[in-house]
Amino acid sequence: MMTAPSTPVDQIAILRSGSSSTAAQAFAFALRTTLLAGVALAVLVLLLIATGHDAGVALTALVRGAFGSWYAITSATLVRAVPLAFAGLAVAIAFRAGILNIGAEGQLLMGAAIAAAMASVVGSLPAPLAIVLIILAGAAAGGAWASIAALLRQKFGVLEVISTIMLNFLAQYLIGWLVRGPLQEPTRVNPQSASLPDSLHLPVMIAGTRLHVGVLLAIVLAVGAWWWLKETAGGFRLRAVGANAAAAETTGQIKVGRTELLAFVASGALAGLAGSVEFTGVTYALYDNFSPGYGFTAIAVALLARLNPIGVLATALLFGALEAGANAMQRDAGVPSVVVSVVEATLILSVVAAERWQSRAVARAESGT
Amino acid sequence: MSSLMSVGALESVSGFLEASVRTATPLALAALGECISERAGVINIGLEGAIIAGALGATLAAGLAGAGVGFAAGAAAGIAIALVFALFTVWMRADQIITGTAITLLSLGLTGTLYRTVYGSVGVALSTPTVSVVPIPLLSSIPLIGHALFAQPLITYLLYLIVPLCAWWLARTHAGLALRAVGEQPEAAIAAGIRPRRVQFVAVLFAGAMAGLAGATLVLAQAGTFVEGMSAGRGFIAIAIVVLGRWKPLGVAAAALLFGGANSMQTLFQAMGWQNVPYQLFLAVPYILTLLVLAGASARAAAPAALARRDLQQS
Repeated sequence: MMTAPSTPVDQIAILRSGSSSTAAQAFAFALRTTLLAGVALAVLVLLLIATGHDAGVALTALVRGAFGSWYAITSATLVRAVPLAFAGLAVAIAFRAGILNIGAEGQLLMGAAIAAAMASVVGSLPAPLAIVLIILAGAAAGGAWASIAALLRQKFGVLEVISTIMLNFLAQYLIGWLVRGPLQEPTRVNPQSASLPDSLHLPVMIAGTRLHVGVLLAIVLAVGAWWWLKETAGGFRLRAVGANAAAAETTGQIKVGRTELLAFVASGALAGLAGSVEFTGVTYALYDNFSPGYGFTAIAVALLARLNPIGVLATALLFGALEAGANAMQRDAGVPSVVVSVVEATLILSVVAAERWQSRAVARAESGT
Repeated sequence: MSSLMSVGALESVSGFLEASVRTATPLALAALGECISERAGVINIGLEGAIIAGALGATLAAGLAGAGVGFAAGAAAGIAIALVFALFTVWMRADQIITGTAITLLSLGLTGTLYRTVYGSVGVALSTPTVSVVPIPLLSSIPLIGHALFAQPLITYLLYLIVPLCAWWLARTHAGLALRAVGEQPEAAIAAGIRPRRVQFVAVLFAGAMAGLAGATLVLAQAGTFVEGMSAGRGFIAIAIVVLGRWKPLGVAAAALLFGGANSMQTLFQAMGWQNVPYQLFLAVPYILTLLVLAGASARAAAPAALARRDLQQS
């Protein structure tokens, strides 16, 4: 623990998608993704049969709930995918730098909390400016919250896994206090913040749906992060540190500590955005269970995307669809929606197993046995 | 106690202490297991999953065969979940954090699905057999703390035995030394003929059993029923407790009591009529303490050096 954790680095290096892009690689990626989806689907079907449900009816409900109508696609699937995309990007950036930030949940909550606080003071400003300020305040709060764990890691070698767990709890309690104290709605009856005035809502993108412009921001940020990682010196440094911090250090060209700090804070800011965008675009209020575990699902989102920002958009959409479909499955086929957690877990474990299998095969090939 | 404090207030304090020990029991069980696992170099974020599995296992078995069997089934369910974790992290040497996250999701999903399948969906007021409090004569009549410490269910007394036993085992036995060696200096351990994987496997399964017992305690000694997600973050709290207890069994027990106390503050405040005290701030105190302890040099020295390392030899 004195030396900052160096081990997560190797497996993350393997999890990264390759740098050279060829048709063969794209094919391998597609094959692999199809295989993973197949495994997850098989587990889901088995579980449905084992618990006495009609798998056909349940899966039909799942697909219909996620993609069955224009409303389902825009207002259920896409709306759920947005916070997962922001938080998934947050996890991906940190993991790419070799930082196991499992505090996206807390950073998201802090983003929402500070966005709510900001909303209560910017009422007199022109609406567009006020909305931008609220959203940026959320990003700043997420970044600041992550910086606590980042500094603890930097200065004292504290495992970020442990510190972010503490910070997740603290964020949750802070919200519990805020919505019963300083930020409670004016009637002081319900433990929640005052609801956001209509003028401060994120604009709806497609009339008649719940889809807000946050989805555009997610796409822009994902593409930006992808480009930045691939094409800039900063992105190269981040990848180098994540691949092998010790080697990066010995080059003398890369300040490992600073790179890690920046990656951690950027990760927190992205998670904070997930919170402030959700607040201004969907919930319009702050309350105890503001996030149904978006920050944890985001880990699955990022891993399944192999920590590729563009991939995160696709996997966030997949998980958004799964969660939207699960609700429909519970409503129409009586299947408990928590079954989705099993599917998510299966996906993570399959990715992990595939990665281990692959790295062993590589090791065997290299040792020539 | 000053004479200003009424009899009622005294009873409130006594009740608070009793609630603290009750709340601390499952936390200490889970944290003790995690402590042993971490001393062997394995951090198990999937503890939450083992706790909820233990809770459901205990519920199912206790309904059929009574509370005693319920505890055994809880431990078995915890071991089953820990086995999956061990297969990935110890055998395949996959990342502990990523696997642990998946295990928690897996177990929360499985238990929720199974529970609803067995007992139907919403609105079923399910109650399981519960164990009663067994007051120890004389000890339980010690003023103020007697009732809190010695009028508890048997599982709490079991904990009083396991904590010193673990402390002794870790510090004084050859096997305990071997386990610590694996968590500190795996290479040295291998050189000494110890097989790190075998040691870690056993440690992880032990932690699973303890987490399962913690889940069983929630159902059979406290709630009297199963609720989806009733582990409510206790697996993560246990990880904090291990840090605050500086990876030592006795320290872990004390830290568990502190967390239990913080979680029981709310009842104390209600009993005392302090409605306006923001109890969330008191809930936060142990976590802030843990962060401060982490930043201190002594905690870093106490942490197993090879925690979460994956590059162990095939052995």
